[in-house]
Amino acid sequence: MVSEEALWSALAEVMDPEVPVLSVVDLGVIRRVYTEGSSIHIDLSPTYTGCPAMDVIQKRVEEALNSFGEVVVHTVLDPPWTTDWMTATGREKLEAYGIAPPVGKATDKRSLWAVQPSVGCPRCKSQNTEILSLFGSTACKSLYQCRDCHEPFDYFKCL
Amino acid sequence: MKWDTCDPKAAYVLHLADDALILGQRLSEWCGHGPILEQDIALTNISLDLIGLARQYYQYAAELMGDGCTENDLAYFRDSRAFKNHLLVEQPNGHWGDTLARQFYYDTFHFFQLEALSASADERLGQIARKAIKECTYHAQYSAEWIIRLGDGTEESHQKIAESISRLAPFAGEFFVPSEVDAAAAAEGWGPNVASLRTVWLEKLQHILALAKLAPLDSEKPARLGGKSGLHSEYHGYILAEMQSLARAYPDATW
Repeated sequence: MVSEEALWSALAEVMDPEVPVLSVVDLGVIRRVYTEGSSIHIDLSPTYTGCPAMDVIQKRVEEALNSFGEVVVHTVLDPPWTTDWMTATGREKLEAYGIAPPVGKATDKRSLWAVQPSVGCPRCKSQNTEILSLFGSTACKSLYQCRDCHEPFDYFKCL
Repeated sequence: MKWDTCDPKAAYVLHLADDALILGQRLSEWCGHGPILEQDIALTNISLDLIGLARQYYQYAAELMGDGCTENDLAYFRDSRAFKNHLLVEQPNGHWGDTLARQFYYDTFHFFQLEALSASADERLGQIARKAIKECTYHAQYSAEWIIRLGDGTEESHQKIAESISRLAPFAGEFFVPSEVDAAAAAEGWGPNVASLRTVWLEKLQHILALAKLAPLDSEKPARLGGKSGLHSEYHGYILAEMQSLARAYPDATW
């Protein structure tokens, strides 16, 4: 039987279709990997409930692992996925790709009309930025602009 | 009627699902028509979150109903009378202020509804709500910010948003008048006693309206009722016609 370690390494090669620098492991959506007889079980937490990328992610996970055995993906809603589960490597990759990583912890931000965090520009590193729109090109992002280098950029918002 | 249910829990889950689906469908009508690109994207993002949430609820309702029922049967093959969404969410998009006033009423209610559902005696509803409230917080923030921007904006934006807020208020009143389904859910601890959510809702609402330099809501206005018992406005049929026609014309079609 294949080792869990080998499965995790295979999963580290499965990229998010919308943010192609992040693997599903970086993203923190893989909650558990285990084997049962000849089948492989994956607990997967969706990022956003309506995110169309989730179907693609599930398919890619199955494709990446089906050479090891029968793959069963379980969607796990609870505890809900949070940006806190994104790995440190994932955050670095995001920033290098031009997307500002989530600022601080998402925990305890579940209050109405929270104050917007201060987000650093992923290009020039200035903290002098402003929000253009709370919602961006995908469910997980907001749109910001840097007041110093004037570049607009995506911010992976806390959830 | 096919896919109607007498099971009180399934009926309650369907009521929650119908709100999310109908409002999600309404917001999707803005796709390609937003005043500027960022706002077009924002509304369609919210639409997508709501449709995702509706799927979670429909999948659960379908499991409760059994008999081979699927989420698609519930979304595409029920008629208007079977839908138990609030009248508010089926109201037309109108102008930008109408859409945002509707959204502001709903998001604020939805936040407190999900907060209560997070502690539901039903494990599955609790799981769905604990996930959804994180997304809903962003929706509520967005619509409240727009109310402030429009209310405290130009003379024209102020007058228009004041009119939208006032005209839609009776529809928001339906949130807090329990239906039989709501009452059963509250009795079993699946969902909140909706009447009790009114105080927190109104408090949040009045706070934002004051920031927006808008008149406080007249809380004595009678509510417009009907949606939760399946008696919808004329608009509802048109929404279903557009949303369901493809599935009904090609019942076994798949992507």
